[in-house]
Amino acid sequence: MRIELKDLEFRYQMNTPFERLALHDINLAINPGTYVAIIGHTGSGKSTLLQHLNGLVKPTKGSVVIGDRTIEAGRKEKHLKGIRKMVGIVFQFPEHQLFEETVEKDICFGPINFGVPEEEAKKKARIALKLVGLSEDILEKSPFDLSGGQMRRVAIAGVLAMEPEVIVLDEPTAGLDPRGRKEIMDMFYQLHKDQGITTILVTHSMEDAARYADEIVIMHQGSIFQKGTPFEIFSQPEQLIEKGLDVPETVRFQLKLQKELGVRFDHPCLSVEDLAGEVKRVMERGSR
Amino acid sequence: MLDKMIFGRFVPLDSPIHRMDPRSKLLLVFFFVCVVFLANNLVTYAILGVFTFILIALSRIPARFLFNGLKPILLLIVFTLLLHIFFTKEGAVLFDLGFVKIYEGGLLEGIYISMRFTFLILVTSLLTLTTSPISITDGMEQLLGPLKKWKMPVHELALMMSISLRFIPTLMEETEKIMKAQTARGVDFSSGPVKERVKSIVPLLVPLFVSSFKRAEDLAIAMEARGYRGSEGRTKYRQLSWQTLDTLLMCSLVVLTALLFLFRS
Repeated sequence: MRIELKDLEFRYQMNTPFERLALHDINLAINPGTYVAIIGHTGSGKSTLLQHLNGLVKPTKGSVVIGDRTIEAGRKEKHLKGIRKMVGIVFQFPEHQLFEETVEKDICFGPINFGVPEEEAKKKARIALKLVGLSEDILEKSPFDLSGGQMRRVAIAGVLAMEPEVIVLDEPTAGLDPRGRKEIMDMFYQLHKDQGITTILVTHSMEDAARYADEIVIMHQGSIFQKGTPFEIFSQPEQLIEKGLDVPETVRFQLKLQKELGVRFDHPCLSVEDLAGEVKRVMERGSR
Repeated sequence: MLDKMIFGRFVPLDSPIHRMDPRSKLLLVFFFVCVVFLANNLVTYAILGVFTFILIALSRIPARFLFNGLKPILLLIVFTLLLHIFFTKEGAVLFDLGFVKIYEGGLLEGIYISMRFTFLILVTSLLTLTTSPISITDGMEQLLGPLKKWKMPVHELALMMSISLRFIPTLMEETEKIMKAQTARGVDFSSGPVKERVKSIVPLLVPLFVSSFKRAEDLAIAMEARGYRGSEGRTKYRQLSWQTLDTLLMCSLVVLTALLFLFRS
């Protein structure tokens, strides 16, 4: 399912003294089956942008095309449930949305809302639970008895059980330990690879963006500052640094080597392995 | 939707009303709430109305914003109006619809009551719109100060008040966040049959309660960690200062009361 944002503008609290421009001149197309990372400072409009992707907020100008539905500014929209079934959102700190008595009921909540029969929803809950790496014996527990990390996983399972075609992740690993972080990110990547789920990741982590994304969108002060493949984006690290944004550790290391040893790299390295190989190559070339 | 709510919200602008001492504003609200009940005819209600609108104009709060914020209460006002129109049987019959008669007294009474309601709400929201929660608490604490002699926990009450005022916007934000998260999971808060909508409150309220309790606990720990131990030996950084403007406001209240006494029937 293709998602397209056209000339989108969004203002918070229109016609009040608190009115604030959050997004402007956004033009972005997300093709089916891609992995897109959206990066930017706090307050750059990333989270607002992602809420447009399944009709949680309506643009104040421009339009959003989701599959065959168009959400246009200034028009009353009804029956957005169809869109929401296709586009699942994992919000920041999703564990705050847990409310049911048992883990199983909570995971089934989404699917049942979208009209899946109970038995089938339970099956989906088990599959989703396995995906997020939890064992079935917590199904009967109360979600409030779990640890923070487990709660996060259950909440994510609740979204996965809806079997969306597009999944939007708003800093899904914020506040997790490094291992949990990697497990969750790898899980989403695997899902993207295996089932072709379009994935949109909002993150602060340049490393994650560089490692997983096909395309990176950089937001700055409510508009798109740059977009391109990780390669394209990190080929000009100076521009990012100028805007006060981070670059992946590997690229930072390359920059430092270039500056201190005067060596030149042909391309930005986005993984440690790649970097090691490049450094070796460059050093050999240098010593020859 | 929620962002249009005006209760407990502070709009930081620069206006004579904003600059006034919170004590005078609190007194104003207190006396206004009392004198509103003095009005009982057209002239006195007009006087109250003029007074209210002068205050609003002075506060520089955009009228559109204020009235948008009133919308949620409009239903209540209309309801009281209708109740009076249909059930008060006084004075001459104005209309006879067969099954129900509308009396002059009922109509007037309805209009008066809803006007009284509107003025009360406008003036009280003006207090919170123009005064930061911290100033309100400071003002309250000072005004109630004398009661300490009779062992009233004035400081604690003020603290409770400031905490609840402080957390209204946070709670609103949280509500909106959880509403969005549950909407994304297929809950429909805004349409559908009433039964479904009532049921949809549960996925909203449970997370809200959980996070509120957690926040209360965190706040208590944070306060203790910074050595909070009640009002004992506590000094104030912000000092309140009573100015000419405040005295003028008090005078205007006296004039208002006098006028009301003069013109009421």
